Amino acid sequence: MRFRDHVVVGDILELAQRYRDEGADELVFYDITASPDGRTVDRSWIRRIARILDIPFCVAGGIRSVADAEEVLGEGAEKVSINSPALADPELISRLSARFGAQCVVVGIDSQTVEGVYQVYQFTGDPERTRNTARKTLDWVREVQDRGAGEIVLNCMASDGVRKGYDIAQLSAVRAQCRVPLIASGGAGAKEHFASVFNEARVDGALAASVFHTGVLPIPDLKSYLRDTAIEVRP
Amino acid sequence: MQLAIIDSGGANIASLRYAIDRLGVASELTTDPAKVRAASHVILPGVGAAADCMSRLQKTPGLVDTIRKLRQPMLGICVGMQLLFESSEEGEVPCLGLLPGRVRRFADRDDLPVPHMGWNQLEFEPGSPLLKDIQPGDHVYFVHSYSAPVSPLTVASATYGEQFSALVQSGNVFGAQFHPERSARIGSLLLRNFLQLQQTQ
Repeated sequence: MRFRDHVVVGDILELAQRYRDEGADELVFYDITASPDGRTVDRSWIRRIARILDIPFCVAGGIRSVADAEEVLGEGAEKVSINSPALADPELISRLSARFGAQCVVVGIDSQTVEGVYQVYQFTGDPERTRNTARKTLDWVREVQDRGAGEIVLNCMASDGVRKGYDIAQLSAVRAQCRVPLIASGGAGAKEHFASVFNEARVDGALAASVFHTGVLPIPDLKSYLRDTAIEVRP
Repeated sequence: MQLAIIDSGGANIASLRYAIDRLGVASELTTDPAKVRAASHVILPGVGAAADCMSRLQKTPGLVDTIRKLRQPMLGICVGMQLLFESSEEGEVPCLGLLPGRVRRFADRDDLPVPHMGWNQLEFEPGSPLLKDIQPGDHVYFVHSYSAPVSPLTVASATYGEQFSALVQSGNVFGAQFHPERSARIGSLLLRNFLQLQQTQ
């Protein structure tokens, strides 16, 4: 789930419960304003989510240290996802992986094509601070794995929010460099988009937000469609 | 019933406790050998590296020995299950040795990312009390890079490139490679079934 606006905890709990009951396989909670603001976050909501969720969930945003991650995981999250702080301090990935194991450490990457090359962006939570890091996405994908990332979420910025489908070309290019689970993000608008990203880009998971939040695509419908197209999914 | 969860320092302990809470069962998180001995059921959770997990258990005098001698139902989860075996390829560490065999890393294959993370189906012949109300083909959630090969102790298996043990048993000792605490309804059934086991002997 990706929240672009303030959502009060009660609403998050309700949404979490709804997705749990509809058969979501994993939830991601993004606090996308946490990094640009440089603020500390109130993490008491994580425990309230952890108490009701019986599926894995990941918390992204504002995790800048082993201590931050310890708090988030201690409240009951399975994984932490880091993005801007990893770009500022790549060694953070290694420290988190050594302390908690690679399976806890997700690296989120915001990427788009600039002059024919996939490039990494930072601080995408705040349009005014979003900047091109001049890092090439494929290089960064290799580096984060070498540093111990256990999963990569690739958010293809040009597709994000447009609902015209995942960026299959970019995800396939990253897949070829990615030995850890790869999760597609950005662009889901219809059930066919999920089938193509699994079949063509060979990703391990597909993340979507607005199609689910708005109810345009109910998860049970999506899952039965994927099953009909011979993609193995949990009922 | 008195459930002791051994505090192995892993990151899944909070979610395990919440899963137990949802079953309406009280649990105590402890490293105290006396409390572990006094429990009717013991869970050994584990996340992270086998060697780290083993060395955390060894920090408490008498704990490893106590775990080895337990007679009550004990369930190792994920790395907690791997520790039940004789040794693990991960860090070449000697483990608890309650089950024969060695835990090994998934083979490097271009088409199968490691760690294995995701929902996979359980394959088994019904009969184990631990699998009551669970059907072959039901999905559970896995997160691991190492696994125990299929052996006569295997109660259920799963397949990720190769077949491996998803659930093992030898007497009072049980192990789940997947995470029942994050495996939705099926995981909750497994924990319930475990807590309903009676002490053997």
